[in-house]
Amino acid sequence: MSAYTPHTAADIAAMLAAVGAGSLDDLIAQVPASLRARARVDLPAGCSEPELRARFAARASRNSGAESVAFLGAGAYPHHVPAVVNHILLRSEFATAYTPYQPEVSQGTLQAIFEFQTFVALLLGLDVANASMYDGASALAEAVLMAHRLEPKRRLVAVARSLHPHYRAVLATYLRGLERLEVREISWADDGRLDRGALDAVLGESLLCVAVGQPNVFGVLEDVAALSARAHAVGALVVSATPEALALGLVRSPGSTGADIAVAEGQSLGLPLSYGGPGVGLFATHERFVRFMPGRLVGETVDANGRRGYVLTLATREQHIRRERATSNICTNQGLCALAVTVYLSMLGRQGLRRLARRNYDAAHAVAARLGEIGAERRFAAPFFNEFVIRAPQVVARWEQLAREGLIAGFPLGCWYPELQDCLLVCVTEIHTPEEIDRLVDAMRACAEGHVGGRSGACCLTNP
Amino acid sequence: MLLDEPLIFERGAPGRVGWDPGGIALEPAADLPQELQRDDDLAGIPELSELEVLRHYLRLSQWNYAAATTFYPLGSCTMKYNPVVHEEIARLPGFARLHPLVPPALAQGALEVLAALEQALLAISGLEAVTLQPAAGAQGELTGMLVVRAYHADRGQRRGRVLIPASAHGTNPASSAFCGYAVTEVPTTARGLLDATTVADTMDESVAALMVTNPNTLGLFEEDIERVTEAVHARGGLVYMDGANLNALMGVARPGDMGVDVMQFNLHKTFSTPHGGGGPGAGPVAVRASLAEYLPGPRLVRGAEGWSWEEAGPKSVGRVRSFFGNFGVLLRALAYIERLGGPGLEQVTRLAILNAAYLRARLQERFHLPYDTPCMHECVFSDRTLADTGVTTLDVAKRLLDYGFYAPTIYFPLVVKGALMIEPTETETKETLDAFVAAMVAIADEARAEPEQLRRAPHATRWARLDETRAARHPVLRWRPTGGSAEA
Repeated sequence: MSAYTPHTAADIAAMLAAVGAGSLDDLIAQVPASLRARARVDLPAGCSEPELRARFAARASRNSGAESVAFLGAGAYPHHVPAVVNHILLRSEFATAYTPYQPEVSQGTLQAIFEFQTFVALLLGLDVANASMYDGASALAEAVLMAHRLEPKRRLVAVARSLHPHYRAVLATYLRGLERLEVREISWADDGRLDRGALDAVLGESLLCVAVGQPNVFGVLEDVAALSARAHAVGALVVSATPEALALGLVRSPGSTGADIAVAEGQSLGLPLSYGGPGVGLFATHERFVRFMPGRLVGETVDANGRRGYVLTLATREQHIRRERATSNICTNQGLCALAVTVYLSMLGRQGLRRLARRNYDAAHAVAARLGEIGAERRFAAPFFNEFVIRAPQVVARWEQLAREGLIAGFPLGCWYPELQDCLLVCVTEIHTPEEIDRLVDAMRACAEGHVGGRSGACCLTNP
Repeated sequence: MLLDEPLIFERGAPGRVGWDPGGIALEPAADLPQELQRDDDLAGIPELSELEVLRHYLRLSQWNYAAATTFYPLGSCTMKYNPVVHEEIARLPGFARLHPLVPPALAQGALEVLAALEQALLAISGLEAVTLQPAAGAQGELTGMLVVRAYHADRGQRRGRVLIPASAHGTNPASSAFCGYAVTEVPTTARGLLDATTVADTMDESVAALMVTNPNTLGLFEEDIERVTEAVHARGGLVYMDGANLNALMGVARPGDMGVDVMQFNLHKTFSTPHGGGGPGAGPVAVRASLAEYLPGPRLVRGAEGWSWEEAGPKSVGRVRSFFGNFGVLLRALAYIERLGGPGLEQVTRLAILNAAYLRARLQERFHLPYDTPCMHECVFSDRTLADTGVTTLDVAKRLLDYGFYAPTIYFPLVVKGALMIEPTETETKETLDAFVAAMVAIADEARAEPEQLRRAPHATRWARLDETRAARHPVLRWRPTGGSAEA
């Protein structure tokens, strides 16, 4: 009856006999009849595999946004993924294993995680990284909670308002159980970077940490070194969050600029957009903080014969040992997504990573220059990576119409920031072809010159 | 085959590039200011060819036992078959290439998937509103307990305690603590069950909720659940159900009918999305209608032009994840549900229970059952019959690896000494279960005949027992560019 169960009538009869039961119903006789009577799963009958494929193919075809020419980033980035990454992710030996509780027969997963931890530590420029978190946003929230464990007496959390709104929203949710902590949002300066004056206003001995995006949600690169110096001078910690991890191929690492805990969203590094998930949170910090870290950790050891191998370690921080006193309630990591990042970075390698990051940087800057020429000026003057903000009220006004015509000309920032109502966040990566870029520039020129009539406005779909 | 496979960082050669996506030739832009430029030349990132990378990870994959290669009776984890057709579906470009910020009008197929999954989860649970946003079961628990907290706060009540049975998963107390609650342990009966009178005696107006797992982690159905939830409700508390063991309930009992107010689903368990070596999962949370306003947003709504997103109201606990949750996982779960349909899911539960009951019946002559209450989808043995041999639960687990099986969950739940928690799932054949029983019986014999052999197991695996103490005492958590993976 059910597609994936192997039981023949003879099997069921033999097994019931071994159990001493007369029927399958006898096996649930301990469940109160009042519950059993109402428990029918009220869903349609199942379907065949071809029907299933057809049904989902039809649904996929109703996502015309997947075929749009889209200059969308804002926390999820379109990049090419090497075929090798997918091939490895499809290996059932990786995909259908679970937590490597038995390390003797889980070395594939364990060594891959150890390699992932190394890649993350290298990229973020810090000593140690964990086996991954759910996504960049929850990693940021966990980082602030970790800062609180390190400095329990300090109560003020300074968060850049230019940090991705979803990251700020998740942080607010995670802090609900900690009423002692107070979040203070720090505005941005005219060039798009953190406002120094606003930061200075919160510096003091109650300041727990400063959380900042690198790049921030405007694609702008912050001067993390300068803000770290000021935060550290009052004994506060610096937490950085990188929503576009590819930037780390070109930009100075958070660790080398003073971040004490650095997190990132790893989706850019080998995972499809997949309507926003799954992604993977990268999380790194100093060696001396390791016992305060959330999440799983894999460490090196040897087996009884002296052969090098890997195991889950430092588990006394975790919920299955420490229960209500654990450093986090997190149970698993994002294993398969972390594997994707590991294979992706191995494929690119040192030079490939630098080259690809540079190509994104060059492409975005070339597009920004062309848009500037037609009057769509950049809103913020500070340096950026592959995403930038332009002032383009006429394009914003026609954004939804353009989207219906198959061109998504960036993300209308008014959805997240009312004061940026006339601004678009434009992301350019290696996937964009010269023809697609021309189409964007032409559409923007047409809007600016008023060649297109009508007004539909941008729809705000995901306020924080 | 005993080929060694060093770390990826110990392979390759400077100057090698495995992959270059190409792209347009562009005028180089002016460099970033010096102080923003990467200053370590990405030292340490390896340089390999495509074939070297492929070989490396294929080799690593061969060192894993996995549910698709091996019987994987890991209790509480529901390691059933993960249909491979789901991998094709999740990779359809219409899903894989869909950016989360496209206007809803251009993502109707994805929103239909989410809406259909919401409806299915409500039908299965008997609850009335659901969020798909939480990224994993533990995050679902956290979300659910935040909902509990918001509900009481909204009524001006500062309830500070949560009741949790000792047999619960560690995530239950950890999630409660995360929300600022103190945890009170509730004792269970000699049959391993909650007792409504005990719960009623423990309940007062300081208790925000009871967190209950049903079936519990001993694999036993909480027979008194209706009276237990009544006792909690009578004092104004809510009942949270950990849905980890939902594979035992489809067509048997709905949480909503039991009196449950909030629960999370572990889609990677019951609805068969690949565990991925530890994620990604998905942990949707369903609630009664009276709690809907506290759920995270945005929420799916149906309007004249189809599905769209609506921001949560002021009482929402807020976001727990960026965008809309682990869409790729949610997609696979819906594919599973639609392939099987309502009757198929009911059959899943019945055969999962049959398989567990069969193993329990076959093994109980040789292994001690601490509770003789009938089991649901999993069964838990203790180490008592091994006590006089010096062989431990850990030794049994390691020896099973030699027989080609992954080990059950061991030493959990904590209420059973030397626990062996076995969950066969419905997708295993009788022949596989018989082979597993034969291995367990052989091990029980070996425990008498050659206990030394067991204490050094596994013998047939590529790695012998690994030194976990050393790993914890001298943590080496990464490779380092100089001096290999020497200690930091």
